[in-house]
This record gives sequence, structure tokens and C-alpha cells, in this order.
Amino acid sequence: MTRAAFQDKFFGIMRWVVIAGLVVATLFPFYYMLLLSVKPIDNLLLDPGRIWVSASEFTVDSYRSVLTSVENGGQGFLLMLRNSALVSIGAVILTLLVAIPGAYAVSRLRFTGQRKVSALFLGVYLFPATLLAVPLFVMFAKAGLQGSLVGLIIVYIAQTVPVAIYMLRSYFTTVPISIEEAAALDGCSRYQIVRRVVLPLAAPSVMATGLYVFMIAWNEFLFALLFLAAEPSHWTVSLGLQQLSNGVEVPKTVLMAGSVVLTLPVVLMFYGAERMLTEGLTSGADKS
Amino acid sequence: MTTVTQRPPDTEPEPTHRAARAKSTLRGQENRAGLVLVSPTFVIVLVVVVLPILWTIVLAFQNVRLVDIQSQGLFGHWTLHNLQRVFSSPGFWSSLWTTVVYTVGSTLGSIVVGLVAALALRKPFRGRALVRGAMLLPYVAPVVAVAFVWQVLLSPDLGVVNHWGMNVFGWDRPIAFLTQRSYDVAGVPVPMALFTVIAFETWRYFPFAFLFLLARLQAVPAVLEEAAVVDGTTPWQRFRFILLPQLLPVIALLTVLRFIMTFNKFDDVYLLTGGGAGTDVVAVRVYRFLTARFDVGLASAQAVVLAVVLIVLLGLYFKFFGRRVQEEQS
Repeated sequence: MTRAAFQDKFFGIMRWVVIAGLVVATLFPFYYMLLLSVKPIDNLLLDPGRIWVSASEFTVDSYRSVLTSVENGGQGFLLMLRNSALVSIGAVILTLLVAIPGAYAVSRLRFTGQRKVSALFLGVYLFPATLLAVPLFVMFAKAGLQGSLVGLIIVYIAQTVPVAIYMLRSYFTTVPISIEEAAALDGCSRYQIVRRVVLPLAAPSVMATGLYVFMIAWNEFLFALLFLAAEPSHWTVSLGLQQLSNGVEVPKTVLMAGSVVLTLPVVLMFYGAERMLTEGLTSGADKS
Repeated sequence: MTTVTQRPPDTEPEPTHRAARAKSTLRGQENRAGLVLVSPTFVIVLVVVVLPILWTIVLAFQNVRLVDIQSQGLFGHWTLHNLQRVFSSPGFWSSLWTTVVYTVGSTLGSIVVGLVAALALRKPFRGRALVRGAMLLPYVAPVVAVAFVWQVLLSPDLGVVNHWGMNVFGWDRPIAFLTQRSYDVAGVPVPMALFTVIAFETWRYFPFAFLFLLARLQAVPAVLEEAAVVDGTTPWQRFRFILLPQLLPVIALLTVLRFIMTFNKFDDVYLLTGGGAGTDVVAVRVYRFLTARFDVGLASAQAVVLAVVLIVLLGLYFKFFGRRVQEEQS
């Protein structure tokens, strides 16, 4: 066998080994999460190595405990789901409102300091979020935004706007200028051009960006911890889950049910629009 | 660039007074429109990012605790005391070293695994879309949830990993992956907890590298490889001499992005180990100084030092690899 033929064969087999390995490595933790959430804790302690659940032991008690309101002795995750949804949707809408004009300007208009603006937005990531924590904490306390969801939304806008502009900009530049010029000749103002011509064309990209912002806001943990820890009625799901794990004697199965509740919305949403999202993120990566 | 006018080149002879005014008005209009459209973003970033950063730098040079920060003026007594304490405090240097090891390990890990995954999934096969979707899950899922699953998976008493390890692989006792600082493997001490958080970070972020590398791989012209196949090259040679050079700019960009993000990472390590067992990265230390001791000055000083170290490291990187990254961005 020649060396090329041998390698062809070897890599042909390795390819399937790698694929199988990666699928197991990525999916197994999620399967395990789901599995534990429907198992009674006693059965788990008795036989930790069993990775299936029999029909007789299947239970939704963990979910009941997680979703029941605090007054009724549960963990009150329904309220937290509402908080998370409010914060994430708020962040999506406001970020898009801010980022769409910004991305349009950066991609189409020439203005003073254009290059500096792009550099500034990238520079945001150079500094650790923990660096922003102290001053923001104090500023929000002074503005009366401490422990409020509005304060959290403002932070999330700042965290997501640079990525949003990056994603939108690469799409806006693909809209042919001639279309805009035609609209301008027809008497459209700049605002009308953006609203009636550019936005409809860029709709998939706007959706993808919105989803990405939603994901970041829904998954965020540090700022929720810093700003809301003292205000249980405003906890997001991430924060609630972490606080739950600090509590005494919370069974791991309940913790896993909470993890499923936290993970499910964002994963469902992601699968609904996977294609769009991945293309939105990587557009521009394929040019050398 | 413009919407309705073509800008005349700069070398054009001086236009008449009227034309000059019209031109400057149009250009001025565009300039104003651009500034107006960018200003909301600018204001948000200024208020929530830039001002806090500047304030932190000021705080790093002052002796402040959280209680007196409200009353104290911006320009109180300046001091180098905090920085001095940062550098002399026990554990700072080891914490910085831990951060560097953690960041380099996780960046390398996520890019290498992402590259392998992208190469394996490059050619279409039945169910590829499903497999690709599965591979993005760790990146999409909330960090709190996945950190807890790993904790349970690796737990010494009820985790499935240790159970199997003992029953199938014959470990003589459970391994405390997340709480044991060091573990002897064939006589060599291995920093166990640190390795585990690096593995977690690799697992969580390889999808990011995978996405970008796969997108780039699919844009490589097929003729290049077909010609190489005709020439009788081995798959390894095709990777080494055709694919890798095409991927290098993306890899360089990914390295920078992942390095920055991981260097400042707080939540992954905090949720997995709380910074214990030799995983005390600086971001977690800053948080602990802030919440446990309310020592704003010291926390700020540490955060500033962390940012400076990152900037220096990035500067070095750009000095050596700068051209590639710039090529990718242009």
C-alpha cells in the first residue's frame, strides 16, 4: 500500500471516530442533566453508574419543586423565568434600536472619527467585566437602579452592542448601493432609505443578531449576581439556580431540573434559527 | 459610500465658491448623519464602559472601601498603596500565573478541537446538519447549567465518571477532579483542578472555533485540492500545504479573540471551583476582594493590573503575528 492510500484509509476511519467522540462529548452532559432531573434522588445515590431511567422510577417531582412558587414551598422558578425573559427581550429590542443606526453609519457613511469608533467598540472587550463592576455598582446605587432589572438591561446593551454592530455591518455592506441611490432619487430621506430599503433586505441578519443578543443576556451571570443578589424577587434564572445550589441540602436532582428549565428556552430558540445564527456570526469569516 | 453624490477626488482644481459650499454641505450632511446615527451607541458605551473604566483606574490609586465611596470626592488622596499591596500580597503572582496557564491552555484547546471537528465535518454526510447542531450546544447553553452538570458528572460520590472509572477502568479511589489541587499520575504531580477547568473551557468554546473554521474551509476552492490529489499527495500533505495556509488568518483572529475572552473570564471558574484548589484566576480574586472584604481600592488595582498584563501580552502577539490578523480584518 502506498503512503497516500494508507493515509486515505486511516483518516477515513479516524474521521468517523472523531465525529462519534465529539457527538458523545457534547451531548452526554445534556443527556445526563435530563436524566437526573427525572430520577428520584435515592435511586441516584444507590446506583450512580446507571445512565438510564426505568419507567417505574420516572418522576417529575424535581420539576414540581423547582417551578412551584416560593409561598407554596417551591423554588419559584416561574417568576425567575419571567424576569429573565423581560431582561433578555428588553436587551434585544434596545440593543437593536441602538445598533442598527450605528452599524448603518459605520458601514455606509463617512464621518469624523469613524475609525476610532470601531476601535473603541472592540476595546470594550479588553477590560475584564469585573473591572466595570465596582463603578457600575456605585453609579447604579446613586441612580436608584440598584437591584432593578432596568439597570441590568443597560449593562447588557453595552455588552452586546459591539457584537451586534459587527454582525450587522458585515451584512449592510452587502446591500448594493445602487438600490439606495435609486431610493434616494425617488425622494426617500436617509431615514426612509434605512427603514424601507436596507432593513427589509437585512431582515435575516437582524433576526440573527437579535437571537445572539438574547442568548448572551439570557445566559449572563456575573452582573446579575452583582446587582440583584440582594433582591430575590428580581432574580434571573441563572442567578436563582446558583443561589439554589448554595442552599443547604438541595438535592442534585432538583438542581438538574433547574438547569433544564434554564437551558431549554435558549436551546429551543437556537434550533429554531440555527442556520441564520451561524451564518450571521461567521459571515465575513470566509474571505481571506 | 455616499448615497447620492460622488465625491470629487482631492486633486481636483478649486471649485467655485458656490460649488464649494454645495459640496461641503453634502459632505457635512453625511458627516452629521453619521455622527447622529452612531451617537446612541457611543453614549451607551461611554457611560457604561468607558467612564467606569476610567473611574476604576482612579479608584486603584485611592484608599477606598465600599462604605465611604459615596461620600468621597473623585480626587481624594492619591496613593500607590494599593498597587504596592497587590504586588506584595500573597497569592497574586501565583494567581496571575494560573490565569496565564488557564488562558493559554483553554485557547489552544478550543482551537485545536474546533479545527479537528471542522475537518471531520467538512464533507457532507447524512445527518451532518444534526451533528453540527449538537456540537454547538455547549456554546449556546447557559454557563450556570453546564457548570453544574460538570460538577455532578465529576463528583466523587455520585458522579458517573468516577463510578465508571472505578468499575471499568479500575481506579482504586474516586478522583476529586474539581477540589483536588494536585494528583499523581505515574509519579508525576498533575494540577488536577486546573486541568479540569481548562477541559471545561475547551469543551464550552470549541464550537466557536469550529463554526468559524468550518465556514472558512467551505470557501476553499475545490480545484486546489483536486490538483493536489492528481499529483498523488497524502491527506496530511494536503492539510499541511493547502488547507492550513488558508486557515491561518482565521486561526490568528480566533487566537486573539479567545485569549482576550478567557483572560478576563470570571463565571466559568467561579461556578466550577469557586477559585479553590489552584484555580484562583485573577478575575475571581477581584470578585472575592470586592464582595468579601469590600476593599474597592485593592480590587480595582488588581483589575487594572490584569488589564495592563493583557494589553502587554496582546502587544507582543501583534508585534509577531500582527500582519496575519490585519489581513483577516481588512
